[in-house]
Amino acid sequence: MDLFEFQARDMFEAHGVPVLAGKTITDAAQAEQVAQEIGGGGVTVVKAQVKTGGRGKAGGVKVAKTPAEATTYAEQILGMDIKGHTVGTVMIAQGAQIEHEYYFSVLLDRSNRTYLAMCSVEGGMEIEQLAVERPDALARVAVDPIVGIDEAKAREIVQAARFDEETGAKVAPVLQKLWEVYRDEDATLVEVNPLVQTADGSIVALDGKVTLDDNADFRHPDHQALQDRSAADPLEAQAHEKGLNYVKLDGDVGIIGNGAGLVMSTLDVVAYAGEKVTNPAGAHPKPANFLDIGGGASAEVMANGLGIILGDPQVKSVFVNVFGGITACDAVANGIVGALDTLGDGATKPLVVRLDGNNVVEGRRILADRDHPLVTIEETMDGAAAKAAELAAR
Amino acid sequence: MAIFLNADSKVVVQGMTGSEGMKHTTRMLASGTSIVGGVNPRKAGQQVDFDGGKSVPVFGTVAEAMKETGADVSVVFVPPAFARAAVVEAIDAAMPLVVVITEGIAVKDTAEFYAHAVASGTTRIVGPNCPGLISPGKSNAGIIPADIAGAGRIGLVSKSGTLTYQMMYELREFGFSSAVGIGGDPIIGTTHIDCLEAFEKDDETDAIVMIGEIGGDAEERAAAYIKDHVTKPVVGYVAGFTAPEGKTMGHAGAIVSGSSGTAAAKQEALEAAGVKVGKTPSATADLMREIMKGLAK
Repeated sequence: MDLFEFQARDMFEAHGVPVLAGKTITDAAQAEQVAQEIGGGGVTVVKAQVKTGGRGKAGGVKVAKTPAEATTYAEQILGMDIKGHTVGTVMIAQGAQIEHEYYFSVLLDRSNRTYLAMCSVEGGMEIEQLAVERPDALARVAVDPIVGIDEAKAREIVQAARFDEETGAKVAPVLQKLWEVYRDEDATLVEVNPLVQTADGSIVALDGKVTLDDNADFRHPDHQALQDRSAADPLEAQAHEKGLNYVKLDGDVGIIGNGAGLVMSTLDVVAYAGEKVTNPAGAHPKPANFLDIGGGASAEVMANGLGIILGDPQVKSVFVNVFGGITACDAVANGIVGALDTLGDGATKPLVVRLDGNNVVEGRRILADRDHPLVTIEETMDGAAAKAAELAAR
Repeated sequence: MAIFLNADSKVVVQGMTGSEGMKHTTRMLASGTSIVGGVNPRKAGQQVDFDGGKSVPVFGTVAEAMKETGADVSVVFVPPAFARAAVVEAIDAAMPLVVVITEGIAVKDTAEFYAHAVASGTTRIVGPNCPGLISPGKSNAGIIPADIAGAGRIGLVSKSGTLTYQMMYELREFGFSSAVGIGGDPIIGTTHIDCLEAFEKDDETDAIVMIGEIGGDAEERAAAYIKDHVTKPVVGYVAGFTAPEGKTMGHAGAIVSGSSGTAAAKQEALEAAGVKVGKTPSATADLMREIMKGLAK
């Protein structure tokens, strides 16, 4: 889960990382009062809270010289569209006299199967751009997951980033605190851009990006509250509630399968098959979703999954693709039959089913015996994808 | 020979007495795996009876199980919250091969036990979040169904469990020396490259199928390795061409971020290394079928 800047700010503060005062509002009418409170009548910064980069360029960050100006900017920014994200919240933050801008991040390094710290004395700009244009200016230091960023590692990082000695001595303890955020909150990314030195010489994390590992939620009951429910697609939210691994996509062939790899592969095969047919509107059928019912799926899980997919108004046909490894094909077949019987007249979309593997003969027999008018049984994955695409194009 | 797992492999199961552990230990035993013990400190000293008349002793610790039985493989079914401790225990006992089936382990825990395994220098980890590995007719450490395909001369390495099964099924006429499901998590103990290296050295493997998916750069690195080090024919498949950027596709590691980790980039890298890449699993199997027929001449 990615956090909003204000959530990262609060998390930083809780771990002793120096940050500036800031408070969020969702209504511009509150801006003046909050700006007065945060900035004491002086300068504040009005910042759009969106989970995407480039908000500064898009006009989502404005410096307000007075509390009244904060209201003007809040009005402008609330409701603004930044790369497809509508701004529903702005943070009013204390202003700062920035002397220098630096960059720091610690993240999961998949390639080397460890953690990586990146640091630069040239912060503020797009770090991808810096990494490409002047790779020497971005220090990359491997961080051992067990040792972490201790005093020695923090020193190594600031030296590699070529901080002068005095500044480095001030930055290093902040890096240790940021490591504590990364470690203690089970993050996979903690990024500060910019990390600044203010006119009075103090080091402050001015903007933060944090990604948390959902698999670690069992250790962090408080992370539940950080979820942004407003952003979730209603079908995704419904599937999540039922414990289904579902991602909504923009297409018309509903997909159900078992195992993430097989489902991803099914999306591809359907997209290829879709390229060969055209619907009356002149478009090619495409996958409508990713839905993995997992290993050992029961009839109930199958029925829940079908329910979600048939509830998607964009879906015109459904492809059920199961290879029975642990999952038994007869359970899948029973799930399909059960779901169709429960839906009764509510089931109106054609289903193409391809079953193979564990108990396939029994699974196919159950479907054949039920002989439902909406169900077509296909022997191969490629053949079934072609059939599902053709049905979606009608 | 096969890779990593052989007829003489002696397997202990951590978490054997849980429901998943019981179910899959039954299946592993049925496929001829030599299961010499389970590990559970609260049930130490007990015997667990399985279908087919097998009785397996439960030990209090991995170290004790190894000392008593000479076990050299551990399969871990312990739930995610306790998996780190279980794997660390196996590493501390210097278990040579630890196969972590558990799904949903926090990546910090995996990063820590992987670093611990590297530092120990004694333990290979497969997984986590994987179906394990099978050397058909010899041994089966994990949850890959043993009846899909028998022994043969193809080596298979895959991030995905069900695509492993699908590919074994498609190529069941030839059979497999070993099939390794390495898992789809961001950090995994054994990579495509580790398996390619082992298959290249294995005199029971003639050709290799490599299945990848979106996310990370493991396939690109594997492609570079194949170019320089693999002489046996390799056929590849990559899942996730239609996956949109920024959405996690089931596996925690299967996410396209920016321009990196796309299926197209992976396919290109593999083809540049001389790997034939199939458009679908069936098309990939056809490519391998031709290679095997060519080798048989």
